[in-house]
Amino acid sequence: MEQGYLLGGVGQSVPKLENQEKVRGEAEYIADMVLPNMVHAAVLGSPHPHARIVSYDLSEAKAAPGVVAILTGDDIGEGRMGAFIKDEHAIAKNRVRYVGEPVAAVAAETERQAQAAVALIKVEYEVLPSVLSPAEGLAEGAPLLHPEVEDYITVFDSGSKGNLVSRTEFSEGDPDQAFSKAEIIVEGTYTTQAQAHVSIEPCGALADMDGNGKIRLWSANQSVFRVQANVCESLELPMSRVRSMTPRIGAGFGNKMEPHIQPITVALAMKCRRPVKLILSREEDFEIVRARHPFQIYMKTGAMKDGTLVARVCEVLSDCGAYADDSPGVLGYSLLMARGPYNIANVRCEGKLVYTNKIRFGAFRGFGNPQVTFAGEQQIDEIAKRTGIDPIEVRRRNILSEGDPWFLGQEVRSSGLESCINAVEEASEWKKNSGSVGSGGGCRKALGMAITAHISGLLSTGAIVRLLEDGCVVLNTGAVDIGQGSDTVLAQICAETLKMPLDQITVASPDTDGSPYNWGTTASRVTYTTGRAVNDAAEKVANKIKQHAAEIFDCNVEKVELREGGQVGIVGSTEALPFAAISGRAHWAVGGPIIGEASVCYERATADPKRAVVLGLPFPRIGVMSFGALVVEVEIDEITGHVRVSRAWSALDVGRAINPTLVEVQIEGALVQGLGYALFEEMVWDSGRLSNPTLMDYKVPTIVEMPDVIESIIVESPEPDGPFGAKGAGEIGINAVAAAIANAINQATGARHYHLPMTSERVLNGLLSSEPHR
Amino acid sequence: MKSTRFSLLVNDRKREFVAESDATLLTVLRDSLGITSPKRGCNQGVCGSCTVLVNDRPQRACLTLAATCQDKRVTTIEGFAGDSLMTALQDQFQRCGAVQCGFCTSGVLISAYKLLCESPEPTVKEVKANLSGNICRCTGYQKILDGVLKAAEERRSERESERD
Repeated sequence: MEQGYLLGGVGQSVPKLENQEKVRGEAEYIADMVLPNMVHAAVLGSPHPHARIVSYDLSEAKAAPGVVAILTGDDIGEGRMGAFIKDEHAIAKNRVRYVGEPVAAVAAETERQAQAAVALIKVEYEVLPSVLSPAEGLAEGAPLLHPEVEDYITVFDSGSKGNLVSRTEFSEGDPDQAFSKAEIIVEGTYTTQAQAHVSIEPCGALADMDGNGKIRLWSANQSVFRVQANVCESLELPMSRVRSMTPRIGAGFGNKMEPHIQPITVALAMKCRRPVKLILSREEDFEIVRARHPFQIYMKTGAMKDGTLVARVCEVLSDCGAYADDSPGVLGYSLLMARGPYNIANVRCEGKLVYTNKIRFGAFRGFGNPQVTFAGEQQIDEIAKRTGIDPIEVRRRNILSEGDPWFLGQEVRSSGLESCINAVEEASEWKKNSGSVGSGGGCRKALGMAITAHISGLLSTGAIVRLLEDGCVVLNTGAVDIGQGSDTVLAQICAETLKMPLDQITVASPDTDGSPYNWGTTASRVTYTTGRAVNDAAEKVANKIKQHAAEIFDCNVEKVELREGGQVGIVGSTEALPFAAISGRAHWAVGGPIIGEASVCYERATADPKRAVVLGLPFPRIGVMSFGALVVEVEIDEITGHVRVSRAWSALDVGRAINPTLVEVQIEGALVQGLGYALFEEMVWDSGRLSNPTLMDYKVPTIVEMPDVIESIIVESPEPDGPFGAKGAGEIGINAVAAAIANAINQATGARHYHLPMTSERVLNGLLSSEPHR
Repeated sequence: MKSTRFSLLVNDRKREFVAESDATLLTVLRDSLGITSPKRGCNQGVCGSCTVLVNDRPQRACLTLAATCQDKRVTTIEGFAGDSLMTALQDQFQRCGAVQCGFCTSGVLISAYKLLCESPEPTVKEVKANLSGNICRCTGYQKILDGVLKAAEERRSERESERD
C-alpha cells in the first residue's frame, strides 16, 4: 500500500462516515422507525402553570376508537429522576408545575386516534398561585413548587431550601479590598433571555417490552446512558431491564442530553405490551423539553489606569424552571467562567438558582458561559474606553498563559489564546478599522471583539477496540454522534493510533447493552475525553499486535513496529505482516482475539482549597480549557435600528484539529446560533404560557442572516494529555458572540446594551438616546 | 375522516393507495409509502425539511394536501438517483462539510437542485434567496453555501470540457 492508507488519519478533513446515507435521504431518525404491531402515542399538557391534580376522568378517552392504553401519574410510583437533584417524575404526579407539562398520555392504533383521545381526557385541577420569576420565587411567602425539596436526593451540596434549588459561591483573594484601591470601576446589571435549541429534529422515542420484561428503547438523545438512568430512576426499574439505543440524531445542542418523553414512552409500552412510538410536534418540543436559562447578572470589574484588572464580582440569579435538570451545573459552570480568561487576583462569584412555573431550563451549547461573557466582555471594553487603551491591548495585558491557574486553581496546561487574539486582530485589520465608525447611507458600521474560554472534559467514558478476524476494527465507545461528526473523529483517532486506513474501521452504534459507559455528548467532551479512551484502547490493541508479531518473527517485541496501512514489521527490515495475519492467528492462539479496552474519568481538580473558598461546587473535576477570540463587524440601520453582522472572524484554540473541516463547522454553526441569540431569538411567556412555541413566531437565523464573510481560524496549542493534543470545539464558538456584537454596537452608537436580545427596537432606542462616541 | 383513493407518480413510479382525504403529502409519503427522506421539522411550512418537487416545483410537503397532487409527479431525494446534477451537489455537500445532523439535508439539496437547474451559475445572493426557506441549525450555512457554489463550478467545468 502507498499513501492512500493515510487517508483518514488525524488532521485530515475526511467527509463524515455516515454522509452517504444522509445525502441520499436514507438516514434513519427516531420518527422514521417502525416496529411491527406498533402503536402511536400523544400527550396531554397541563393548561395551568401551577395546580394540584385532583382527579382524572378517563372514561371517554378509554372508549374512543383505537385507544390501547392511557397513562397518568396514578400509574407510576414515587421514583424521581434528575442529573443533580432528583425532583422529577416520569409524568406529572399530584401536581403540575408548568403549562404544557405532560399529565396524561394515550397509546392508540394511529397517531390521529391518540391525539383525538387525549382531548377527551378530563383532569380536575385545583389551581395554585404560580411563581413566574426567580425574584418572585425567593420572596417571603412565595408559593412552593417543591415543598419536599430538602428531602430530594442530590449529587452535590446544593443547599436547596424553599424555591431555592441551589446556591454556589466561589471566591479568591479579597475583592472588597481590591475594589477600594482600583482606579477604575465599571458595573452593571445585565439580563439575558430564554433561547430555544430548535434542533430541526423534534424529540421522540420508541419503546417495546419482550415477554421476559426486557425493554428496548430508541430515542432522540445525546447519551444512551443518561436516557437509561433517567428511565430507570423515574420508573424504578433495574438497569438490566432497559436497553437504550440510538438511531441517527437530528442535532441536540444540549436539548437531548437529559430526559424528555422517554420515561412516558417506556411506561406506555409496559402498560400496553406493544411497541409505542411518541414523536413530539414542534410546539410540544418548544413547550416541554428545555431551553437556555434566563440570567440576571450583576457584575463589577476593577482595574488600574494601565489597564491591569484587579478585581471582579459577579452575582447571578438564574431561572431554573420547574425542575432542576442540568441547572445547578449551568449555574456553577457560569460562575467558574465569569472571571473570563484573565489573571484577576481578587474575584467573588456567587449565584442562586430558583424554581419557577416554567419549562425546565437546562443544558444548551455554552452552558451558562454566553450569559456571563455578555456581561464580562462588555466590561472589559468599558475599561478600555476609560483607560484610553485599545480593547485588544487591554485584553492582551491581562490574559492568562500556560501554567497560570484558572479561577479556583486548576492549572491551564495549554493556551493558544494570544494566538487567537493576534489572528483575529490581523484578519479583521483591527488596527486600521477598530477606532472608526463607518457611516453613510443611513448606516453605521463598526467592529467589536470579545474573547472566551470553555472546558472540555467531565466524567466517565470507555472505549473498546476489537480486531476482527480479517484485521478490520470495530470501535465501540457509547458516544452518541448527534451530527457533529464524533464517530468520524473517534475513528480517525483510532486509525492514527493503529496506523490503519479509516475505511477498515467501523463504529458501533451506542447501545447500553453492548457499549462501554459514556456520560454523553455534552460539555464539548467527546473528542477530548472519549478520544483519550479510544487512544488508550487502540494502544493496547497495538501492543497485542506487536506481541503476536514478535512471536511470529521470533524476535524481541521492542524490535517490532506498526507500519502505515495496517501492518506490522521488524524495525529496519522491509518484512511486514498485515493485521489480518495477526488477527487470524490470535483467534486460534492462546490469549484469544485481540481486544483493547480503556476507561477514563477526567481527573484534575477544579478547585485548589489553598487558593479558593468554594461552596456548592457541582463539578469537582471539570476539564481542560479551549480558548477563542472573535471580531465582528456590524452594520446598523439608523432608521430602524436593525443590526446586521456583515463580517466575522472567529479563532479557536482546539489543541489539535482532528478533522479541520468539522472544527470549522462548529465555529460557523456556533457563530450563527449566537447571532440569533444576540439579536432576535427569545422565548416569551404570557402569564405562564409560552406565547411563541412555533417556528413562525420564534425566529432562528436563516441563510439570509449569515454574515457575508465568516473567517474560521483554527489555532492549535496541544493539550498535553489530549488525544494527539486535541481539546473540545463544540460549544466555545457561541460564548463570545453576543458580547462582541454588543461591543460593536456600542462602538457604532455609543450605547451600552444590558439586555438580550439586542432587538432593532432596543438598538434604535440606544442610538437615539446616546451621544455617539461619548 | 373519509378515506380517498390516491394515485401519485412518486419518483417515476405510479403509487396507488388509500389514505384519509385531508392527509398532507408529507403524511402520505412518510406513512402510506414509507418514503422518510422528507422530514417533519415544524409541520408549518417554515423549516423546509419536507421540501419535495411536485411537477418539478419545490413545495412544502407538510402544507400540500395529497389530494392536490393526484396524478402529479412527486420527486423526493430518492428519485434523483443517478442524476448528475444532484450527484454533484451530494458530493460537494459531503466534501465541503455541509452535512451535519442531516435532518435538513434532503430539503436543502432539493432547493439547491432547483436553483441550479434554473440558474446554473448563481450568485451568492441568488443562492441565499433560494435557500432562505430551508433552516439549518448546525452549519451556520457557510458550508452549505460553499457546497452549492462548488457544485455549480464543477458543472461549469464539465460543460466547458464537453465543449472543448
